[in-house]
Amino acid sequence: MSQTARSLPRVSFSNPLVSNLIRYLLMTLLALLLFGVILLVSGKDPIQSYRDIFSSTLGSAYGFSEVLVAMIPMLITALAVAIPARVGLINVGGEGQLYIGAAFATWGALLFKEQPSWILLPVMTLLGMLGGALWAFIPGYLKSIGLVNETITTLLMNSIAPKIVGFLIFGFWHSPMDTVKTDNFVAAARLPTFFDTRLHLGMVFALILLVLFWFFMKYTRWGLEMRAIGGNAQAARRNGIPLKGYLITIMCIGGAIAGLAGMTMVSGFYGVLLLNFSIGLGFMGFLICWLAGGDPLGIFLMSFVVAVITTGGNLLQLTRDLPYAVVNILLAFTLFVVLARPSFSKGKKA
Amino acid sequence: MTLLSILGVLSSAIFSGTSLLYTTLGEVIHERAGIVNLGLEGVLLISASSGFAVTVLTGNPYLGVLVAMLMGGLTNMILGYLVIQRGANQLASGLTLMFFGFGLSALIGRPYVGSKINGLPRISLPGLSDLSQLYTSLFSFDILIYLVIPVALLVWWLLFRTRWGLGLRAVGENADTAFSSGRNPRLIRYQALFLGGMLAGLGAAHLSIAYTMNWTEYMTAGRGFIAVALVIFSRWHPLRAIVGALLFSGAVAFQLLLQSSGVQVSPFLLDIIPYVLTLLVLIAWGGNRKQSAPASLGRVYHGTE
Repeated sequence: MSQTARSLPRVSFSNPLVSNLIRYLLMTLLALLLFGVILLVSGKDPIQSYRDIFSSTLGSAYGFSEVLVAMIPMLITALAVAIPARVGLINVGGEGQLYIGAAFATWGALLFKEQPSWILLPVMTLLGMLGGALWAFIPGYLKSIGLVNETITTLLMNSIAPKIVGFLIFGFWHSPMDTVKTDNFVAAARLPTFFDTRLHLGMVFALILLVLFWFFMKYTRWGLEMRAIGGNAQAARRNGIPLKGYLITIMCIGGAIAGLAGMTMVSGFYGVLLLNFSIGLGFMGFLICWLAGGDPLGIFLMSFVVAVITTGGNLLQLTRDLPYAVVNILLAFTLFVVLARPSFSKGKKA
Repeated sequence: MTLLSILGVLSSAIFSGTSLLYTTLGEVIHERAGIVNLGLEGVLLISASSGFAVTVLTGNPYLGVLVAMLMGGLTNMILGYLVIQRGANQLASGLTLMFFGFGLSALIGRPYVGSKINGLPRISLPGLSDLSQLYTSLFSFDILIYLVIPVALLVWWLLFRTRWGLGLRAVGENADTAFSSGRNPRLIRYQALFLGGMLAGLGAAHLSIAYTMNWTEYMTAGRGFIAVALVIFSRWHPLRAIVGALLFSGAVAFQLLLQSSGVQVSPFLLDIIPYVLTLLVLIAWGGNRKQSAPASLGRVYHGTE
């Protein structure tokens, strides 16, 4: 498994930019074509559907803001994967860390609901990150002492986290009306939104984190040491880099970031903690990070593309009478063609 | 608590464990050949929806089971193309397959939400016919339940007692060595994926055609991931997978028992038990190389050009 981590492809800019651009355009076209066939088979007009997707996302200011809203959890959970990936850790556990982060943040929102928002929001943010970090500490620790592979543990713990959230909601937090969710958060526990849209402060968090990630990796000693560990962990250890400490800390940082994504979902987006509120947000982050090769700019672009598709799916459901999940087909086709692309590092053995 | 309620709980545990065991056996096969399939959830959904749709359309549940199996195998071929032919990352490809399954199954199943079917016929155990009607109805199972243990044995025999199985395991341990001893790693991995997909399809068919007898979106509710966990729990061995599936359905049964006896334990906490057990088992066995995963699990075979 450690082998696959090392072979995470970096987006290479050695290829001429134009030929890459054409290649990506062709791949997108291929994905659209495949989905068009599926739409045709199920008796819908593909051209009209694509026009719907476009007009509901990039065609209006509000639509565009919805795309940005959808990007927030993707950006943050992708970073939660990208940072551990730099030291060769495969964090498939974003989904679980996101749930626990959301639960911790909700706990803060319910406990301190009398407080003004300048106290409440930082407390919720910190709690969310703490929750995610604690959840990631277990796989990080088990990996650092060489006991269990982090891919397996994070994957298992993904299945546990939503059930703990369910336990908390059903057992303690549910509103008097409804057993599958908590009371709506008080206004002070909501992240501020911008321009009369649903775009919330989480976007600022995401962008700051992206820039920080880029800066740390490029300009600090820690970034260099992390790359050294990712390149060859044993060599790094022999050169005096504290391997164990790094593995645990980095895993916890990844978890904290995924927990932050959970916090922004409950505080910024929903305003309430719902049972099973995320179907695959954390997994989406993993995919985005992997397809972007862990590169900050790539993560941003990939999130944008995926967000356009998922947001467009909302309208497809309303106007074309298709189940919302169908948009996952278009998403999958897009990812399939990206995955199947001729590898940039041909001839290099993994 | 009556004997009847205990038996009822047992019977429902058997029902819920069967689809899981088929799925786990499927995953055992492709992981033995070196391929992790995180898209199992999607494979299950596609198989469950298409099997159910065919059963509604034709009125023949056996045809539904057959189609579900085929769809399972075919869906896995997508993963095969990506990870075997194109050398794509297995985890990312699997997760993409999962999202594909979410979408395609919703599309396939959409017209059949709420449809009624005659599921797989139930066959009573011989010798129980002199019991009262109440008991026999609890212990009349469909053919897929009777077949699941023999299938596990068959998978064990295939993997550990045939030349094909030896080759498959060799590919999972070290594809280059397998190649140099005259095997075709790519072909074997495709075969493993197809066979594993068909088994997952059987599990899905049991879920939608025999057990719940309906179709709802996301009806598999994480069974694909449970199966992946059970494969690890059973240390990539088909017979130990039986134990894993028993453990899981036992936890389900235990939970139902507690509920029916009025003990107040959150079902959510009980749902966690199998996962926590798996984690503990992994920790207990951790570091023991002999019992660990197939050596080249997750690795790309580049061939020898």
